This record gives sequence, structure tokens and C-alpha cells, in this order.
Amino acid sequence: MTTENHTVLEVRGLSVEFTLRGGVFTAARDVGFRLQAGRTLCLVGESGSGKSVTARAMMQLVDTPGRIAGGNIMLGSGETAVDIARLNPRGEAIRAIRGRRIGMIFQEPMSSLSPVHTIGAQIIEVLRLHLKMDRQQARTRTIELLRQVEIPDPERNIDRYTFEFSGGMRQRAMIAMALACNPEVLIADEPTTALDVTTQAEVLDLISRMQRELGMAMLLITHDMGVVAEVADDVAVMYRGRIVEKGPVDEVFHGARHPYTKRLLSSVLKLERTSERKQVRTTAAAPILSVRDLGKVYQPRKGFLGRTPKTEVKAVSGVSFDLMAGQSLGIVGESGSGKTTLGRLILRIVEPTEGAVIYRPPTGAPIDVRALDKQGLRNLHQQVRLIFQDPFASLNPRMTVRQIIADPLVVNRIATGAALDARVSELLSIVGLDPAVMERYPHAFSGGQRQRIGIARALALNPRVLIADEATSALDVSIRSQMLDLLLELQQQLGLSFLFISHDIGVVRYFCDRVAVMRRGRIVEIGPAETICTAPEHPYTKALISAVPHPDPRHKRMRLRTRLDA
Amino acid sequence: MSLEPDRALMSAADLTAELPPDDETQFVASAGASAAVAGQWTLMLWKFQRQKVAMASLVVVLLLYLVAVLAEFLAPYGVDMTRPQYTYAPPQGISLFATTADGGWQFLPHASGYRIVVDEVAMRRTFEIDPEKIIPIGLFVTGETYKFWGLFESNLHFIGPVNPADTVYLLGSDRIGRDVLSRLIYGTRISMSIGLVGVVISLALGVFLGGISGYYGGAIDTAIQRLVEVVSAMPTIPLWMGLAAAIPLTWPPALVYFTVTAIVSLLGWTSLAREVRGRFFALREEDFVTAARLDGSSEMRLIFRHMLPSITSHLLAMVTLAVPAMIIAETSLSFLGIGLKPPVVSWGVLLQDAQNLRAIANAPWLLFWPALAVMVSVLSFNFLGDGLRDAADPYDN
Repeated sequence: MTTENHTVLEVRGLSVEFTLRGGVFTAARDVGFRLQAGRTLCLVGESGSGKSVTARAMMQLVDTPGRIAGGNIMLGSGETAVDIARLNPRGEAIRAIRGRRIGMIFQEPMSSLSPVHTIGAQIIEVLRLHLKMDRQQARTRTIELLRQVEIPDPERNIDRYTFEFSGGMRQRAMIAMALACNPEVLIADEPTTALDVTTQAEVLDLISRMQRELGMAMLLITHDMGVVAEVADDVAVMYRGRIVEKGPVDEVFHGARHPYTKRLLSSVLKLERTSERKQVRTTAAAPILSVRDLGKVYQPRKGFLGRTPKTEVKAVSGVSFDLMAGQSLGIVGESGSGKTTLGRLILRIVEPTEGAVIYRPPTGAPIDVRALDKQGLRNLHQQVRLIFQDPFASLNPRMTVRQIIADPLVVNRIATGAALDARVSELLSIVGLDPAVMERYPHAFSGGQRQRIGIARALALNPRVLIADEATSALDVSIRSQMLDLLLELQQQLGLSFLFISHDIGVVRYFCDRVAVMRRGRIVEIGPAETICTAPEHPYTKALISAVPHPDPRHKRMRLRTRLDA
Repeated sequence: MSLEPDRALMSAADLTAELPPDDETQFVASAGASAAVAGQWTLMLWKFQRQKVAMASLVVVLLLYLVAVLAEFLAPYGVDMTRPQYTYAPPQGISLFATTADGGWQFLPHASGYRIVVDEVAMRRTFEIDPEKIIPIGLFVTGETYKFWGLFESNLHFIGPVNPADTVYLLGSDRIGRDVLSRLIYGTRISMSIGLVGVVISLALGVFLGGISGYYGGAIDTAIQRLVEVVSAMPTIPLWMGLAAAIPLTWPPALVYFTVTAIVSLLGWTSLAREVRGRFFALREEDFVTAARLDGSSEMRLIFRHMLPSITSHLLAMVTLAVPAMIIAETSLSFLGIGLKPPVVSWGVLLQDAQNLRAIANAPWLLFWPALAVMVSVLSFNFLGDGLRDAADPYDN
């Protein structure tokens, strides 16, 4: 350990500025840190804190109109040190460093790998360019690299294209590419954010193993405190372009000094348990929404010229559950598990092909949702509302907040004129926004504020059930817990029932009474939230829960996780 | 139903009194306030104003339309004023000062008169500019009587000879001594409006067919797309010729004019329809459209209140880019003699006079000025359209 830990790269007083219309925006200000061989520095911060800009500056990859305004980025030490900040972004010198001495892994493996070249060709190119290998050497080395990153059957997979790989495999290929030239420094910019939690655990494992084996210095950029706790040796916390706190991981997690770090940690830790606001409910609640054997089968199209079509795809099949009045049921699953489709089947945005959905209104007979005509469906949509994931796409940018929230009231002829305005104001106050902002357009609001507007729209018709489809996934962690608290409060005040669809176990545990775990279109386990999260029965649930990184460096959960051999 | 609005935020904010509060309920006060309440057209205008070339093109386009509107007033002569004695008279320059009898200078805007030269070899009369002959010209002069837009009579001309009996050919004259400048100005009216009328028809067809194609998809979409493909596969010039030949010769010029417009636009809607269909396809999947559907919006409301406003700015850009194609089409048709025909005056009709070599050799201005007018208008429409297209989506950043 002692000989390894020399400084490989040092950043001093780095500032990155963007010249915009109406002034200069400083994205990173006076940033300084050291990367040491064999150690991992995690740069944490919420969106817009300047962490990605800092990473890009280290490769001279800042996009125009941004530029490095000051500071040094010293690669190497002593006589041979190079100041990257002084290099021409298009020059020979920086190209010799990119990919050769500093490797980089990006967030989106799909867009950072070329879709028109084979995986192998892209890695071979790096090797031939930087290490001047001949074709045969490069190919042999590439196969070896692919084997190192645990891509099965590398002799065959080397000649495959990006689209033939899953997300996790792509990220592995990206890692192989970044490591091709044995770089001294590895920069990983949110390398697992786009991945499912079990895949994330695998990829993080791989990255830290490779780093140990090759003795690289690593800069890992993430917004996820759990990931930090699992892999970091040192932490630097960024807030509004500055590093507000840095130190060894244990000190930062257990002795945070800066108020921002404290706030960040407390909002993360909050999601590690159930909310105190959640009261223990009596078991006497009756189901308000019952789903029985619900399924959606996509029939294959007939192939061209009578070619045999592929087999049918079951997006969702045999799903049954009851949502109790006034309670929250969480639907957890990884991408492709059918959880979003499930939400849409219940509302018949997507038509189910089998099973039944029964909605029980407070008064009157139970409603068979699948048998409803157009008008009946419209009435149902007043009582069962959807909250969308993307707060940017779900609000019409061409309408004011007033028009957006009033729209359901107008089309259902519930209120007009002054009564309409009063109701919109009321709804805005309910979701914690100032009613004076109703003349503004959505672009004037931040992500969290927009999500509140979306919630206000969902509440406008006095619904009984809300289906929240990843309603907090697009938000930063501190905003996320505020949003959950808001929803909990609304639930108590208005007696709402929630179907809460999420990939995030923490969010579901915090928010939900009961949880259903979905995998490949089916529910594998359903039960009380606490039980599922602490003592799961099904092996898939076990693997899923144990793969969630734990935001405490003293209790690294991931290393001890259960693996599921699918 | 009363909740304290800020309670959800306080718990987080309490912890960190010294930190600036979370952005959640804080709004930028003055600086961003105007942008916050700015609708899509305002944002688009801001973005458009940043593009200098497009702004300049807009000015040119507006000037061209001003010329089209005020044609009778701006032209020195009527469109059919003929003076056969001045065949192919070259353009006269304008001078501002003239020598007086006593050898001094005086301010007197004038054009120089002609001297007739008889070429004895070619047996032909040609005109030369004679600087000795002074024809005073002025602004806001009285001249030929005209009916402005057929509404009221006037004899006031923006520019012309002070003595109505004098002849001034600022851009030259044609075979039968008509004033090219006047005819060019009258041609602007027809050429610039045939583009608009044609585009309106194309737009209606394109939006309607593209819209239902994109909104409903499925078999309707397939049928419409096949139609689009068939129409765009047709060889245009032979088709135009065929259709134009079908127009009876006895029809009045105005009716021929509209028929030609309709013919041009019946083939021009396909690209618009394709673009509208693509936009509708993308919009249909947007979350806010799904949200509106769940709000209970009817199909009509969905299309007209939520989807169409999202593409109107794109439509405007598309239309602006479609106008120059229409102008070119009209010009080529008329040039070939299958579009507009005299006595209607358009740039294409004017170019018919420049079809033979002798005319071009003797009177190049017959080719030059109408061609320049077509180029200037087409270029400025294209630049304007490009600018609008770049500004059309103000929400991309």
C-alpha cells in the first residue's frame, strides 16, 4: 500500500466557465483534488453541481462555449509532469493522453459506443492507435481484455455489434476499451446510473477489481451515496461548482462537517427506513382496486413472405393483487420487468389481453374496467389518475401552469371562471407552490417544481387512486424525499390509495405499506414492505435487495450480496 | 382540505439553516420573470432575433410584399403602356445634377434621353443614351390614371417623369416599348402571391392528410403514405403540361391563374404531409398528450388544443420554405408557356420575352431583371425559412 499511493494526477484551482448570452456561468470554481495510484476518489453531487464538467475538463473535452478558465491539471510528477489545462484541446499532445494515459467510462454505453462497428473493432482501433500494435496482436489483446471484463465467449463476442449486447455487457465492453492501454487514471462518469441495480453491483465489482489489479487511480463520479459508500476510498462533495468537503470516505460519512453534506446524507439515510409519517394501519381496509390474472401478450406480426414469425411476447402475465383503500402498494422491478406496462394496463392506456381489473368506487357497484365503454373509461380516469416519471415531458411546454392544471377541470366541465381559478390556486398551495406562479410556463420551473405541478394536475379531479410511475426517479435525492413526504401527506389528508411503481427499493420501503416484486412480467413475491425489504423469501428478491448499495462505508452490503444465476 | 404548503420542505430546510434554501419554492425574482411568463411565440421571437441573416431576409420579403401591394402606385407607367417607337430601349441612368444654361450646376433629378442611331448595315434602329437630352423626373408625380386595386382612381405615381408626356425607361423597354420596371413591379404582385395561395392549398392538404396519417396510424397511414409516394413519383413537368393543356383557352386570365396555382400545389403537398405525419407520430407518444387523454380530452381537443399548437411553429417554418419552391414552379411553368400567359404579368411571363437569343443579345435587361427578382425572393424566403426552423423549437435547451 505504501509504495502504491503516489499522486498520479493533481487538480489545483480548476475553474471552468461557460460564456452565455448575458454573462459568464462558472460551472466549476477553484476545484482541487488528488488522484493516487490504487485509490478511488468519488466525486459526489446533485445534478448541475459541476461534477461532470470537472471530469470532462480533465480530458480537455469541455464542450463549447465552455472553457477552462484557470487552474492546473498535473498528470504525472516531477520533471515529466504535463499540465493538461495548458494543452490545446485539438492538439497532438492531448490525444496522446486521452485513452492512453487517462481512460474514461461514460454513463450511456449505448451512445458512447458506435453502433456501426463491432465491439472488437472499436477496441482494436484504440490499441492500434495508441500502442501501434499490428492487427493480429491487437485482436489477441482485445480478446484477452474482453475475458478480463467477464464477457462470456470473447472469441465470438468480439465480432458482435453494440445492439446485440445488453446494457451491462455494453458497459463491460466500454470498460475493456477504457482499460485497453493500461491507463494510469480511470475516470468513470456515472458508469452505473443507466443500469439496473443487480447489473450495477456486477459492474461496480468489476471496476473496483480491475482497478486493484492494475493499480490505477480512479475518479468515480456519481450522485448515489450508496455507490460512494461501497467503492470509495476518498470522497469529494461538490455543490454549485465548488468542492465543499473532501476526505476519507469514513470521515465524510460519519463526521460530515459541511451543512450540505449533512443534508445530502440525511436525505439519503431517510430512504433507508420507512417514513415516520406512515402510520400503522388497521388491517380492516377493503380493496379499492383488484387486479386478477392481468396480462398483455404482443402477438407477433406475420413475417415477410411467410417467414416464420417470432414467438409471442408476454409483457405482463398472470398478475394479481389487491390495492387496499388508503394504502400504498409498491411495484418493484428492474427495467423490462413489465411494471410500467402494468400501470398502463390498469388504466387501459394499453389494452390488456387477459385477466380483469376491478375498481370499487366509494359508492356504487364495483366496476369491471375491461368492460367499460369510452364514457365509462373517462369516468374511471377521473378517479384513478397517473403521475408521470418525466417532469419535463409530461407538461405541455406551450401551456401555462394555470392551463395545465385547469385542463382536466375544463374538459370534464367541473369548474369555470372564478371557481376554476380558485381551484387551481388551491391545488397549487396543496402541492407547496405559490399560486402567484400560475401564469408561468413550465420552462420556468425546476424538475421538482414541475413534478409538483404534475401532482396538482393529478389531484384536480379529486381522485381516489393515484398510479405513480417512477414519479421520483428523475429527481435529485434531496428533492426525492421531499416529494415522497408530500405524497405521504396528501395520502393522509385526502385518503388516497397509491400504486407506486419504482425501481428504487429505498423509495418503495420509505413510502409503501406493501410491495410486489416483478420479474419478467410476473409478480414473484408480494407482502408487507418491511418483510420484503428485510427478509425476502424469493431468491430473485434476495438478489435484488442485496444488490442495493448501502450508504454506510462501515456496512458494505454489496460485497456480501446473493447472486442469482439467471 | 388545507395543508400547510411548505411543510414538506421545512424538514429538509431546518437542518441546514445556513445553506441557501432549496430551489423548490424559491423563484427567480426579476431577471427570469419575463422569460417565465413568455409563451412559445415570444420565446421563438427571441431566438429568431438572434439570427441576423434571417432578420435581413425578413426585411427583404416584407419589402417585396410592400411592392406587390402598392404596385400601381410604385410603377411609373401602367402595365400595358406601349410606345412602339421605343423598341428595346436600353435602361436610362438617373442623375441628380444637371448643367444649367450658364454653365453652373443645379439640383435636378433627371434621366437622359435617347438618340436614335440607324445602323445601315443591319438596317435597324438602335437607341443610344444622349446625355444632352434631359428628362426631369421626380417623386410623387402625376402620370397615367390607374385604378388602385380596382377600387379608386388616382394618377399619382411614386416615381416618373415630371412631364407625363416624356418617356423614362429606368430598366429599359421591351419589344413593343413597354416599361420593364413597371412590368416587373406588377409581376411581383402575381409571382409573390401565387406562392402564398399555392402554399395555403398545399398546407391544408398536407396538414390534413399528414395529420390523420400520423394520428391514427395503421391502415389509414399506410394508404396515405402510398398515395404520397405515388404522387411524388410523378414526373412533374409532363404532368403540368398535360394539365395546363386541359385549361380552355377561353378562360379569363384570373381563372387560369388560380388553376395553375392549384395544379402546382396539388403536387406540392407531399413533403408537408410527410413532415406533419412524422411530428404527429412523435407527439402521440409524448407524456403530455397521454396526460391530456387521461384528463378526459376528446380526440378533437387532443389534436387541436395539445398537438397542433406544438407543431404550428414548425409549420410556419415549413411553409416559408415551401413558398420559394412555388415561385420557382410558377416561373418555370410560365417560362415554358404552360403556366401564366400574357396579358397576365408575372416574372415568369416577363422571362418569356428573353427566350430568344436575339432578344438577349440586344436587350439583356429583359433577362437580367426578372431573373434577379426571382433569385432575390427565393433566397430571402430560404434564409427566412431556415431562421424560422432554427427558432421553431424554443424548448430544446
